[in-house]
Amino acid sequence: MVKRITVLLLLIGIGAIFAALLLGYTPDSELNYTARYYADNTVKDTGAANIVAAIVVTYRGLDTLGEVTVLFLAAAIVGLVLASSSHPQGRMRRDRPASGELLVIGARLLVPLIMLLGVYVFVNGHLTPGGGFQGGAILASGALLMLLGDPLKKFSHRLISMVESLSGLVFVGMGLLGFLYAGGFLDNRVLPLGTLGDLLSAGAIPIIYSFVGLKVGAEFSSMLVNLSGTEEL
Amino acid sequence: MAYIAMATGFILILIGFFGALTNRNILRMIVAFTVADTGVNMVIVAMGYMHGRTAPILDVAVSAAQAAARIIDPVPQALVLTAIVIGVGVTALMLAYTYKLYEKKRTLDIAQFTELKW
Repeated sequence: MVKRITVLLLLIGIGAIFAALLLGYTPDSELNYTARYYADNTVKDTGAANIVAAIVVTYRGLDTLGEVTVLFLAAAIVGLVLASSSHPQGRMRRDRPASGELLVIGARLLVPLIMLLGVYVFVNGHLTPGGGFQGGAILASGALLMLLGDPLKKFSHRLISMVESLSGLVFVGMGLLGFLYAGGFLDNRVLPLGTLGDLLSAGAIPIIYSFVGLKVGAEFSSMLVNLSGTEEL
Repeated sequence: MAYIAMATGFILILIGFFGALTNRNILRMIVAFTVADTGVNMVIVAMGYMHGRTAPILDVAVSAAQAAARIIDPVPQALVLTAIVIGVGVTALMLAYTYKLYEKKRTLDIAQFTELKW
């Protein structure tokens, strides 16, 4: 009872802070200084139509590299934590019911389409709302559908880790090329900027974002595979 | 519009906190944390919204010259993009640790884990 009251009091306090924030909030009518810089200079600096992608990949590219590293760490720790548990495959095979005809056939039809959508989303990241992280998540949802269709499906861990480390290397490699041939680390002007709105434009952004997509997809898939590989206790 | 989205976000944060503080089951606590996470993201995105403007993507409708007058703030969106991805990683980590805890104690009741209690 005391616990409930404490929780309620705490929530009322936080709620009061939120209410004060909400009542004191007035939406801006003009872009602030930072946003105005991005709005005015994105096309000139990077050639990307999607300003969010330009910020994520080029202006704040170093943060994205850190983010990808955090994600890699998370995937690695999930693998490490779950790998030490034993999962005898034989018992699982007996316990699990079959997935059902509908799911198996549906997965066979849908998985290639989902993968294609994921690739489309990250290849067009610099033009449309989308990008590496979103596309990678879509790729992983395709892998999840495969796992649902066949829970005992063996994913090649070697393939996943190879895709993952290769994309990481390309990301850092493109960044280092920026040092040599353009203004600095992760500068996208190592390749020609092209015309605004073309698929092959915005310098290195499509390449970096595609490999970010592959990397994120591989990391999410490996998390899913590790979590689904856990034995039912 | 921004107010509705922001208020919804704040309410989601409160619901998440309430769920995390009152539930005993660790899985339910993780779900509650995810709800609070979504609320935070909604608040940040709502902060960048400006009435009568469009998404920060340039095309035929929004040319580069008039971008500053036509688009909403792209910085919160870039921030939330990061936050969502890190949120997924954190959730996966929590689930993995929960599995280990269950393996050890065969229960998900948080009250049974008394090692760090004081």
